Amino acid sequence: MVAVGILALQGDFDRHARAIQALGQRSILVRAQEHLSQCDGLIIPGGESTTLIKLLKEHAMWDALSAFAATRPIYGTCAGCILVANSIVGMDQDSLKLIDIDVQRNAYGRQVDSFIDDITIQLNGKAEKMEGVFIRAPKIRRLGVTVTPLGWHGSDVILAEQDRVLVGTFHPELTDDRRVHDYFLRKIKANQTR
Amino acid sequence: MQDAKAMKLKVGLAEMLKGGVIMDVTTAEQAKIAEDAGAVAVMALERIPADIRAFGGVARMSDPTVIKAIQKVVSIPVMAKCRIGHFAEAQVLEALGVDFIDESEVLTPADEEYHVNKWEFKVPFVCGCRNLGEALRRIAEGAAMIRTKGEAGSGNIVEAVRHMRAVQSGIKRLTVLGDEELVSEAKNLGAPVEIVREVKKLGKLPVPNFSAGGVATPADASLMMQLGAETVFVGSGIFKSSDPAKRAKAIVSATTHYMDFDLIARVSEGLGDAMVGIEIDKIPAEERMAERGW
Repeated sequence: MVAVGILALQGDFDRHARAIQALGQRSILVRAQEHLSQCDGLIIPGGESTTLIKLLKEHAMWDALSAFAATRPIYGTCAGCILVANSIVGMDQDSLKLIDIDVQRNAYGRQVDSFIDDITIQLNGKAEKMEGVFIRAPKIRRLGVTVTPLGWHGSDVILAEQDRVLVGTFHPELTDDRRVHDYFLRKIKANQTR
Repeated sequence: MQDAKAMKLKVGLAEMLKGGVIMDVTTAEQAKIAEDAGAVAVMALERIPADIRAFGGVARMSDPTVIKAIQKVVSIPVMAKCRIGHFAEAQVLEALGVDFIDESEVLTPADEEYHVNKWEFKVPFVCGCRNLGEALRRIAEGAAMIRTKGEAGSGNIVEAVRHMRAVQSGIKRLTVLGDEELVSEAKNLGAPVEIVREVKKLGKLPVPNFSAGGVATPADASLMMQLGAETVFVGSGIFKSSDPAKRAKAIVSATTHYMDFDLIARVSEGLGDAMVGIEIDKIPAEERMAERGW
């Protein structure tokens, strides 16, 4: 069994914890730096990125996350994707720069523009359909050459990875579909044996 | 089916706000202070509840100028209030692109019989409650988030505690009832039996349960989180205090780390004066906002 940390400062961490438990793995709610040492991987959930940045910096967890990423996998959804990106388009907002993508916040508009639509994911060597839940979602505006796209909505890349870091702009944790979480668990297991 | 999809998006946004603090603001400048302090959302108002109370008269939806000015300066969700039952105010707020509508007892009710049919809207709604029956009726009408009413603008946490405890003990009671008792319990609660069944199964409300009304200190926020709130609204408590930025930040930290009492002690130091507050029995019954709605 692997232990997956869920950053639980703010956001829908509870839904991610339930997804991990549904896959028979252990979830650990991470609220302080010392909780990180027990985790084999970390999920940064959806929430408000501005709030998360403040709370991370205030409680000395900002650098701890960078250090964590050097040895263990991280999966960022929505706000989590914004947090680990290289830069935020059109805004002076700090980020952890763990993956070479540029992200635009609230790229589809306000809550009335939030939507559910079919997306295509490629996690098992072939393209598969999945329900994509987008809530005040960001868009990945630039992908570096070292970044592999893994999911699409139309022509937009909505799921991608670079080495240990996985990012998605949508919310699989709000559905009963566990394929993305399962993929992240496989990443964690692969990381443990390398 | 369409309703289920729409509800997933509405409840989804409420999920994203969990563990955070939603702050009442009346100007773009205050909204910026709130965002910089780490608020997950702001409630755009013409007057905060304490001033609505002092001002008297009919309290209505805010002037769109105020809402638009606030939308312009922050990147976090912007909420706004409509009067209970005033679906036209709600339609206007949806047209303005607010992210969440609070059908609120803080404003003067527009309909003494019916609340807004919230299923008809794309924008999610939050509604106040004093007990489980009231919470379930609002969910039946399409609310995507429930909050305690508390007593807005009082700076006194006692009513929010009463309401949160009433909701939680109502839920606990349901979980031990036999299935044959549920129809009769639904009748007692004045709520649809399908939702009553769902709450029994989940052991919690089917939508996020937040707290509002009377939070003035970091310890107040911790208290409500420990009683089962998933997020805290702070109305008058911040901008009626002597150092809003500092107090806002402290309440944000205390909400996230609500079980870390060393940390709450630290952030509670030297916050200056909290809002003065009022004892509930000093508020005449007809001026108590929590009594509005049914």
